[in-house]
Amino acid sequence: MARDLLDHKLLFVTGKGGVGKSTVAAALALLASQRGKRTLACEIDAKGNLSDFFESGPTDYEPREVQPNLYAMSMDTEASLQEYLRLQMRLPAIARIGPLARAFEFVATAAPGVREILTVGKPVWEVREGHYDLVVVDAVATGHIVSQLAAPQSINELVHVGLIRQQTGWLIDILGKKETTGLVIVTTPEEMPVNETIELAGRVEDETDVALKGIVVNRVLPELFGRGEEEVFEELRQPAAVGALDDSLGSPVEPVFEAARLAVTMRRTRAGHLDRLRTSIDSSIPLLYVPYLFMRAHGFRTTRQVAEALSAELSY
Amino acid sequence: MAPKRRKDDERATSLEHLLAAKEIAVVCGSGGVGKTTTAAAAAAMAAASLGGKVLVVTVDPARRLANALGLEGFGNKEKPVPPDAFKQAGVQPRGELWAAMLDTKESWDALIHMHAPDKETAKRILDNPLYQNVSGRFVQSHDYIAMERLYEIHTSGDYDLIVVDTPPTRNAIDFLEAPEHMADFFSSRFLRWLTAPARSRVINFASRPFYQVADRILGTQFLQDISEFFMNFQTMYDGFVERARAVDRLLHDRRTTFIVVSTLEHVPVREAEFFIEALDERKFHLGALVLNKVLPSYFRDEGATKVAERLCSDSPEVAHAAESLIANPDKAAPVLREVGESFLNFQVVAKREQEQRNELAKLPEVVATVPYFDSDIYDMGGLLDLGFQIWGRRD
Repeated sequence: MARDLLDHKLLFVTGKGGVGKSTVAAALALLASQRGKRTLACEIDAKGNLSDFFESGPTDYEPREVQPNLYAMSMDTEASLQEYLRLQMRLPAIARIGPLARAFEFVATAAPGVREILTVGKPVWEVREGHYDLVVVDAVATGHIVSQLAAPQSINELVHVGLIRQQTGWLIDILGKKETTGLVIVTTPEEMPVNETIELAGRVEDETDVALKGIVVNRVLPELFGRGEEEVFEELRQPAAVGALDDSLGSPVEPVFEAARLAVTMRRTRAGHLDRLRTSIDSSIPLLYVPYLFMRAHGFRTTRQVAEALSAELSY
Repeated sequence: MAPKRRKDDERATSLEHLLAAKEIAVVCGSGGVGKTTTAAAAAAMAAASLGGKVLVVTVDPARRLANALGLEGFGNKEKPVPPDAFKQAGVQPRGELWAAMLDTKESWDALIHMHAPDKETAKRILDNPLYQNVSGRFVQSHDYIAMERLYEIHTSGDYDLIVVDTPPTRNAIDFLEAPEHMADFFSSRFLRWLTAPARSRVINFASRPFYQVADRILGTQFLQDISEFFMNFQTMYDGFVERARAVDRLLHDRRTTFIVVSTLEHVPVREAEFFIEALDERKFHLGALVLNKVLPSYFRDEGATKVAERLCSDSPEVAHAAESLIANPDKAAPVLREVGESFLNFQVVAKREQEQRNELAKLPEVVATVPYFDSDIYDMGGLLDLGFQIWGRRD
C-alpha cells in the first residue's frame, strides 16, 4: 500500500508549520525523479522556499529542471491568471496585465475560492495535460489546506454559470480520483503537530474529495538504550558510580549523563504522541518514519537524506 | 503620559520590566515554535508577580492549555482563570488572570451588529449565503479580526495588561497590515464599481475591462450576488474604515509592544529575522525575542565534550572503574558508549543552534532563552516554570 504512494499523479503535501513539510515534499519529488519518473515539484505556499531544498537558485512560475528528471516551480497567481485566461478562456495574451491584475486581486479578495482555484488549478492542469508522471505540491499548512482543496466545490455551490463554473468540473474530477490524487500529511511526534494531524485527517475525509494517502512522521528520535540498558544507566547515575567514573575520566561525567537523561525523556514523551497518532488514524493509512537527522546541513544534503529514509520506508 | 522612571531604568532589561511598562503585548512568530504557550506563560507570570488584571487572548489553543489554565474550555468571552489553578502550583498570585479564545465567526457577527445602521441590514448581511464564506476568508479576516478584537478589549479598559497570541499566518506580516488592507478594501474603486446599481453603472474607460473580465470569469449572476452583498456591507463603510485606522493607531501606540518567538531551527529563525525587520520598518515597538526549545548549554561545554569522546573511544576502560558498583557489569561499557555517542549527536544540533543564534543580527533589548522542556506543559505549575525562564529575573 505505502509502496504505491509514488504511483499517484498528484500528491499534495501539507503539515503544521515547522515540522518539515517542504523538506518532505522536496524529498518525495527527488525520490520519484530518482526512480525514473518525470517529476514536478510545485510550491504554492506564498512564503515558500522550496528552492533552498534543492539549492538550485530561485524558482519561478516557469518550471525548471533542477535535477535530472526533476522540475521545480513556484506559484504566482498573476502568471497563473494570465495562463488561465490564455489557455482556458482563449483570451489573447494581454499586454497590459496591470489593471486587470488589480481588478482580479479585488475579485479574488471578495469572492471566496477564486484565488484557490488558480493555485490548485495549475498543478491539476499539469496532471490533466500529462506533462509529468508525478506532480508533488508543497501545499499550504494544515490550517489552510482544507479550504484550498475544497475550493472547486465551494465555487460550484456559489457560482451556477460562467466560465469559472465550467472549469471546476475537471478540477473536482481529478482531485477526487483516488488512484490519481492523494494527500500526505507531515508531522513530528510532538503534541500539537499530532493533534493537528488527527484533526486534519478527519476534516479531509468530511470536507474534501481528496484521499489521505500517507502520514510522514519526521524527526523520530532513536531509542538510546537497548533491552535492560536503562537499568544499568540508572545504576551508573548513583553517586558512588559517578564518583568512580569522575576519577577515572579526570573530569565530571554529570553533563554527559544529564544529556542522556534528556534524550531518554524526550524520546519517551514523543513515543506517547506517536502511539496516540497510531491509534487515532485509520490503520489503512501508512505511517512513514523519518529519523531525526543529527547533522549541520540543511540544504540539498538534508533533502537527500530524507529521500533515502523515505525510500527505505517505502521498501524500495 | 508614560510613568516617570529613573534614568537607569529607562530601557527594559527583562521581560518583567517590559510587561510592567506596557498595556498590550502582541506575541508573534512562525508556527510550531511555542507561541501560544509562551503567551500564556508570560500572562500567567505577569498576573502572579506584577499583579493587576491580566488577559491572555489565544488563537486555537490546545485543549491542554485550557486545562493548564484550569478551564474546561474558553471562547470569545473572557473568563477568569480560577485562583485554584495558581494555588495548586503553590503560588499566591498578586493579580488576576483572565483568558479568552478568538472565535473568528462570532467576532465578525458582533462587528456586523455593531456597524450595521439597523437590525434589518445586519440580518440581511448575516443571512447572505456569501457571508459564511466571506467572514471566514476574505481580507485575511482572521488577522484583521484578531487585531479588531484586541482594540475592543483594550478600549473597554478592563485590563491592565493584554497578551495576544497571533494567528498562524502564511506571511508573518499579514496581520500587521490587516487593518490597512481592510481600510483599502473598503475604499477601493472596484468595490464602488461592483456595488453601483446596474442601471446607473457608468461603464467608463477605466471600469470596462473590469466588468468584462468579471462577467466572463464569474458569471453575471454570481457577480450580482456579490454586489448585493457588498451593497449591504457598504452601509458600514465609514464605521469599518474608521475602526481599522483606530486599530492601526493602537498597534503603533507606545503602550503596545511586540514579542517575537522562535526556535533556533533554520526556517523559524529566518522568519523571525524577517519579522523583526518588518516591525522595524513599520515602526512598531519590538520589545523582546524569546528563543524556545533551545538545547542546554552543557552540550557546548569543552570538558563535557572530552568526556563524551572518551566514553566513545575507551568505554571498557572507563567502565572498569564502576563495574563493581553495578549488578550487570557487562553492560556498563556499551551503555557508557551509547551515552557518549548520544551526547555528541545532540552536540551537532546544539552547535547548529548556536550558529543560528549568532546570525540573528538585529536584536531587541530583551532576549530570553528557554531550554528544551523534555515534557509537555500540563498545568499552571508548568506554565509558571516556563514563565520563570522567560521572565529574566536574576535572583
